[in-house]
Amino acid sequence: MNNTIQYVVDQDGIALLTIDLPGMPMNVLTPELMEDLSVLTQRAAADEAVKGIVITSGKKAFIAGADIKDMVTAYDRGVSPKEAAEFSYGLNKTLRGMETCGKPVAAAINGLALGGGLEVCLACHYRVLANDTGAVLGFPEVNIGLLPGAGGTQRTPRLVGFRNAATMVLQCRNQRPEQALEMGLVHELAPVAEVVERARRWVLEKGEFEQPWDKKGFKVPGGGMMHPGTVQTFMVGNALLSKNTKHNYPAPIAAQSAIFEGCTTSFDAGLKIESQYFGSLLAGPVARNMMRSLFVNKGKADKLARRPEGIEKSKVRKLGILGAGMMGAGIAYVSAKVGIEVILLDTSQENAERGKAYSEGLLKKAMERGRSTEEKAAALLGLITPTTSYHDLQGCDLIIEAVFESKALKADVTAKTEAVVPETCIFASNTSTLPITGLAEASERPEQFIGLHFFSPVDKMPLVEIILGEKTNDEAIARSLDYIQQIRKTPIVVNDSRGFYTSRVFSTFTAEGITMLAEGVKPALIENAAKMAGMPVGPLAVTDEVTLELAYKIGKETAAALGQEFPADASQRVIQKMVEDLERKGKRFGKGFYDYPEGATKHLWPGLAEQFPVSAEQPGLKELQKRLLTIQALETARCVEEGVVTHPEDGDIGSIFGWGFPPYTGGTLSYIDTVGIREFVAECDRMTETYGKRFMVSPWLRERAGNNQPFYG
Amino acid sequence: MTEAFIYDHVRSPRGRGKQGSLNPITPMDLTTQVLSALRDRNELDTSILDDVILGCVTPVGEQGANIARVAAINAKYAECVPGKQINRFCASALEAVNSAASQVMSGLSQAAIGGGVECMSRVPMGSDGGAMAIDPQTAYNSYFVPQGIGADLIATLHGFSRNDVDSYAVTSQQRAADAWKNGYFNRSVIPIFDHVGEVVLDHDETVRGDASLESLGNLKPAFAMMGDQAGFDDVAIQKYPEVEAINHVHTAGNSSGIVDGAAAVLIGSAEAGKIMGLEPRARIRSFASIGSEPTIMLTGPAPASLKALKLAGMKTTDIDLYELNEAFASVVLLYMQLLDISHDKINVNGGAIAMGHPLGATGAVVLGTLLDEMERRDLSTGLVTLCIGAGMGTATIIERV
Repeated sequence: MNNTIQYVVDQDGIALLTIDLPGMPMNVLTPELMEDLSVLTQRAAADEAVKGIVITSGKKAFIAGADIKDMVTAYDRGVSPKEAAEFSYGLNKTLRGMETCGKPVAAAINGLALGGGLEVCLACHYRVLANDTGAVLGFPEVNIGLLPGAGGTQRTPRLVGFRNAATMVLQCRNQRPEQALEMGLVHELAPVAEVVERARRWVLEKGEFEQPWDKKGFKVPGGGMMHPGTVQTFMVGNALLSKNTKHNYPAPIAAQSAIFEGCTTSFDAGLKIESQYFGSLLAGPVARNMMRSLFVNKGKADKLARRPEGIEKSKVRKLGILGAGMMGAGIAYVSAKVGIEVILLDTSQENAERGKAYSEGLLKKAMERGRSTEEKAAALLGLITPTTSYHDLQGCDLIIEAVFESKALKADVTAKTEAVVPETCIFASNTSTLPITGLAEASERPEQFIGLHFFSPVDKMPLVEIILGEKTNDEAIARSLDYIQQIRKTPIVVNDSRGFYTSRVFSTFTAEGITMLAEGVKPALIENAAKMAGMPVGPLAVTDEVTLELAYKIGKETAAALGQEFPADASQRVIQKMVEDLERKGKRFGKGFYDYPEGATKHLWPGLAEQFPVSAEQPGLKELQKRLLTIQALETARCVEEGVVTHPEDGDIGSIFGWGFPPYTGGTLSYIDTVGIREFVAECDRMTETYGKRFMVSPWLRERAGNNQPFYG
Repeated sequence: MTEAFIYDHVRSPRGRGKQGSLNPITPMDLTTQVLSALRDRNELDTSILDDVILGCVTPVGEQGANIARVAAINAKYAECVPGKQINRFCASALEAVNSAASQVMSGLSQAAIGGGVECMSRVPMGSDGGAMAIDPQTAYNSYFVPQGIGADLIATLHGFSRNDVDSYAVTSQQRAADAWKNGYFNRSVIPIFDHVGEVVLDHDETVRGDASLESLGNLKPAFAMMGDQAGFDDVAIQKYPEVEAINHVHTAGNSSGIVDGAAAVLIGSAEAGKIMGLEPRARIRSFASIGSEPTIMLTGPAPASLKALKLAGMKTTDIDLYELNEAFASVVLLYMQLLDISHDKINVNGGAIAMGHPLGATGAVVLGTLLDEMERRDLSTGLVTLCIGAGMGTATIIERV
């Protein structure tokens, strides 16, 4: 016994099991808890004085999910699929034992129950759920590369039908109490203070101890496997899984298969099938990558793992934003949303007002979808003051500069701002390319000067890249991190360099795609290869989005700053031709690599074939995919070598949440670790030979490969 | 090797869907009437038959439980005649003929019937389930998409426009209407009767000789929505990543119709012909079935034809007349392009776009259509082929005696 559950038998013969993990803020499903649950339910079953069992939690949430501490290391420990399946089957046996113990078991679900927590509930004969907005039920497993491996894929469809099961297990949609009741996931809702009493009453008054699937003649609700609706659900569901995963994510198809195969056989055989699929996932690299980056390391970043110690926790009360364009307006919105007073400054009142109107637009949409109210919207808008006067910046804790990417302009607004803001004010630049150390030269307080690189659209993109100038001090880092936490975004911290980390690496992706075009690869094949590798958008489409003109300008400016030539390579020659000769400058200009016919879907410009003739021999899809991922991973490794990225977690999280590097890889550095650093270097060598020196590996990386030294561990 | 000959063939007319004339006729009744007609008009002592092989693509419900054997019993064939139902999807009935021919050629049978039945208005397509589309591992790993998406993908890859496929369909309708008007199908199509001996149908019910580019042009693409919203376009593109977007050109007007029908072909050795007292109408020169890429699914006819030609020691130019089942217009357009066949030599009396495609029966229907037309034109050689679900093709070459 591990002391995770309090066990009390009352005068009515109800054994009340209160799950309460010692020293933990929340209950998580641990091996110790499962052991205690097994022992105590068996004790209750054997005790003649016990009529039935009620399970509840001693904390606010019921159970927040399984503890993935051991699971995240499974792949690296070399756990086999069979061993992983046995682990899952152990859980299944415990819960199966509980639901067939011969006594009624009721769950008094006093708060949220996710993943393994929900699976414990589903193995009870009766479920009372707290009628509380926070008391949601759901299965997040597929999102981190796993599947519910304690009966979730078997009990859920048998309780609520295939369609609802797919919504919960494959799409990971949490269910609010009223939804859970409606679909039949729980039997009863009650005020949180009454859930235990209602569960007790059910045990005493009804007290059934047979699950629906153990009754004779049981059928899956909504029709079995041959029902036309079910056929349709799986036929379309399978295609959508293929569409959404591009065959890169093993978890959704494994979960779908566990549901399908498990529900065509007996319940007990279904549990075994589920465990087998779970085992195949846990023993693979994708689950490791997703758990580690999306859950563990993102969680740490959100808790400000990189915050310097010894600096008092801070909060931004008044924020000044210089430049009310797309980025400034977006930052104003996300800041006002959490109650920060925002001064939105631009060169004309009209521009500043337009920046505020952006928030109005977003709020209008939110209200249409029922996600905001008039009151909330008015309060938020009331916090944003559009202005042209620098005097309004008085009293700001933080300034974020979001003017055009011009060093001179930035220097000008920095000086004007520092003239009015308090000495303690942090000055941040939202530049996406210009080195921070250089911009800080314009500041009287370069130690308080920092880069806060937001991504567009700001209200949707979860990441902020913090860039440290040479002189940036710990207080500026800590207070910037506090602000990012305040606006509920995820920070990474990197050192200064041209393009920092994210813009620099992302540009290698677009450049590689454009190089392929120059080589004569079919444009559609380039775009599809990128998407099938897991990138959210193809390199040509995304270049159109940010505009070819911008790529052209940055290319030219960078070349000028570094004293290099433009165009320097095949991709820049394509950009030059598109911008200068063909005047196809990108989506905003109505034409780029794509045509944008009004009222119709965009399509690749047919003229590309003429400008960049297609080769008779086309490369294989896999090779293109590998090229596009390798170049990004290699550039990230260079960032590590140069000290731009100091922690692999930052590299991985930045790549996934910053520019959509495919999550199944775990991020750019996990990608290298998953491929294996030796194999990765060998591939780079081959590609250097085939495609050019941009794939060349540094002696540093080669040495690392020689020592077989991964980026993690 | 013994040679296999075609002695005769009959077919039912093809009835239009649920509101069609054949809907009240059970698959068993329809098959029984076809088998009976073949026997009666040839005054056949059925005890000579070694097998009745019938194709059926949806062998469940009233088409289930080996409809071949049960229909033979129901048609009062000699009880010593066994029966088997086979399924090679859309080529099932041609495969049944080929199987019957194989048995004869091997010397293990002297005579057999090959044919098929499908009452699509009564037993809907897909009602037999199957793993192909539904079982997650299978569908996911094989990049399954419905046939219509494959047909549209063919059009996309080979640049067939909506106008191309609609023009083909208009010709098919006109040819079918002309053929009916001139009685080209009279020898093979038997009337189907009700329980009091009234004719319920004696002609193919879906022919629209007045179809025009304009009338067909108004029809909505049939597979655009499932391609877009159910994700099938994306699945197809994952298999064909050089494609930017699928051009959905197929409609109900340029695809084969969903109909009811049955057909049967009498196959036998020369020796059996003498016993039966029948003259052979054609020799079966060769046949072949092949597998092709399953996602696009419908590109099997050309490789199947080439294989059958090779087995017969022939070239495409040695064939006087072709029949390729008009499952979708793009399938035929691609076939003509790949094998360089003029439209004058293929599907000269229309096809399934005009007259419908009763899945399990069509193979025997098109074989019979080919043979009748070869006789009418006094041509020597003919090739019949079909595209098949899950990526297959079957082809048979016949030669008049």
